[in-house]
Amino acid sequence: MHALIQGVILGVLTGGVYALMASGQTLIFGIMKVINLAQGAFVILAAYLAYQLFVSFGVDPFLSIPVTTVVMFGLGVGVQVLFLRPLRREDKAELSLLVTFAVALLVEGVLSVTWNTTHRSINTSYANDSISLWSFQITEVRLWAFLLSLAALGGLYLVLNRTRFGRAVRATVQNPDAALLLGVEAQRVSALGFGLGAATAAAAGSIYGLLYPFNAGSHYDLISRLLSIVVLGGMGSVGGAVIAAMIVSTSSAVVASTLSPVWSEMTFFVILLLVLLIRPQGIFGTAGRGAI
Amino acid sequence: MSFLRGGAFFAALVALPLFGFEHWVMNLLVFVLIAAVLASAWNLVGGFAGYPSLGHAAFFGIGAYTLGLICKGHEFASPYGPFFWLPVVGLVGALIGWPFAAVSMRTRADVFAIVTITLLFVAQTLAFNLRGITGGAQGLALPVARFPVETFEWPYYYVLVILLALAMGLTFLTMRSKVGLALVAVRADEDKARGIGVPVTGVKVLAFAVSVGLTAMVGGVWAYYQSFIYPQFAVDPLITIAMVLMTFLGGRATLWGPIIGAFILETGQQYLAYTLGGSRFYLIAYALVFLLIMLVLPRGIVPSLVRRRSA
Repeated sequence: MHALIQGVILGVLTGGVYALMASGQTLIFGIMKVINLAQGAFVILAAYLAYQLFVSFGVDPFLSIPVTTVVMFGLGVGVQVLFLRPLRREDKAELSLLVTFAVALLVEGVLSVTWNTTHRSINTSYANDSISLWSFQITEVRLWAFLLSLAALGGLYLVLNRTRFGRAVRATVQNPDAALLLGVEAQRVSALGFGLGAATAAAAGSIYGLLYPFNAGSHYDLISRLLSIVVLGGMGSVGGAVIAAMIVSTSSAVVASTLSPVWSEMTFFVILLLVLLIRPQGIFGTAGRGAI
Repeated sequence: MSFLRGGAFFAALVALPLFGFEHWVMNLLVFVLIAAVLASAWNLVGGFAGYPSLGHAAFFGIGAYTLGLICKGHEFASPYGPFFWLPVVGLVGALIGWPFAAVSMRTRADVFAIVTITLLFVAQTLAFNLRGITGGAQGLALPVARFPVETFEWPYYYVLVILLALAMGLTFLTMRSKVGLALVAVRADEDKARGIGVPVTGVKVLAFAVSVGLTAMVGGVWAYYQSFIYPQFAVDPLITIAMVLMTFLGGRATLWGPIIGAFILETGQQYLAYTLGGSRFYLIAYALVFLLIMLVLPRGIVPSLVRRRSA
């Protein structure tokens, strides 16, 4: 029982970070119908940026988030304009999948040339501090990471619901053609939306770097998890992605703490297959129109 | 016309080793053929049915480990022995692929891609963690093949030529049969096809099973050729990507496209690997070539040529 509750606590806390990564990815899908296979690579790239800022200048990863998000936002916009915009409309869905995979490989290549393939971790002075609540140990980093993820998700919520750009995004997700007719500049929304998705990856990357050791190949571990979360939550639904992240993360942490860490890697795949059998459009997905 | 072309191509392939190439050339040819069969197999699902599977490398790995396990439990008198088990390897791949396809093909192209890529990473995790079966990170040894040194690559080469003939033959039959027409209908508009009575689920699941069965057989040949397999190479995302990329470069849903793509890309890839060495610059170069093909030649070589001729 103790292990179970400990697993749930750990799962919910880590779930926040995954929710942040997945919300960016599902947003990109919602706007452009593009599955961004480079989202994991963006997260790892941001983790390296945070690592380098910490090692060279002693900037705390939590504080470097504004810097990394801005850099990654620019990178995301660049990728959309350079590689995704030129694709022709009729086979865009398939081609964009491959193009983002190529971007992921490119990022992986650049990372492994720059920082070689040794695993890095960001060792802050508070990395090993923990608080105990009743008899449960919670590392402080994880708690802060969770709170910060919530804050970033809140920021994303505000952008989507309180700004003109957010309204344009929601309109595009719900009905791209109608949005276009009403004067939403689809290309601009797509570019900025891709940037926003990359920015959430950046925020999540700094936090990820604090929690786990990583190397250039780590994005492979991330991407399959993220994709399962996005499918589970319903493609394009940000709220769904957050809840799905919690479900996936909690169940794999519980499996890790009660059965074995090896099988926790498999949990998300089993959940994914079950969802496809029972409800192929995901928990919060709609069959036809996009939701957010 | 197409029979003539095919006959000439295979005659050239059969005659090629007789020139007495050096080992590195034969090694290159073996890898080119591996790539050609893989791309041709992928084309059956990704090209004709329009379901972009990113998980075929999982079945490559399944084939590799299946042959490895067969060799483990079996004493072979002749070094040619393992080749006769390849149909079993293919059957195992197809039998695992069938139920997987039946579930995952309930979704459409984009979600299907996600599910298959997830399968790929799960297969890799399994290959690392099921130590009792796969040997984990330590790898799995296959018997060392006692072929004569001078012509060591020949048996693998000719087995791969047979597999390529099988893959291209199946592709040809697909293009000429009702199954092929049904697959094209699935790619064009699955709902309409279902509506007018095309057995969409049956044909696409069949195409997937055949495709991954072929892929598993290539995995088996590869494993025997390497004689030692590790999880990170047996289930490698780059294998999946190579299959997709070669098919796209040559032209989807064409007979010759994947073959042409494989001959060009695999040669180029081996060249890059030699010149840029083991360094990770190789990955960067590969990704850039990839991006260039997608942006410049999204339709592929064969369709572009055909349109020029008919225009």
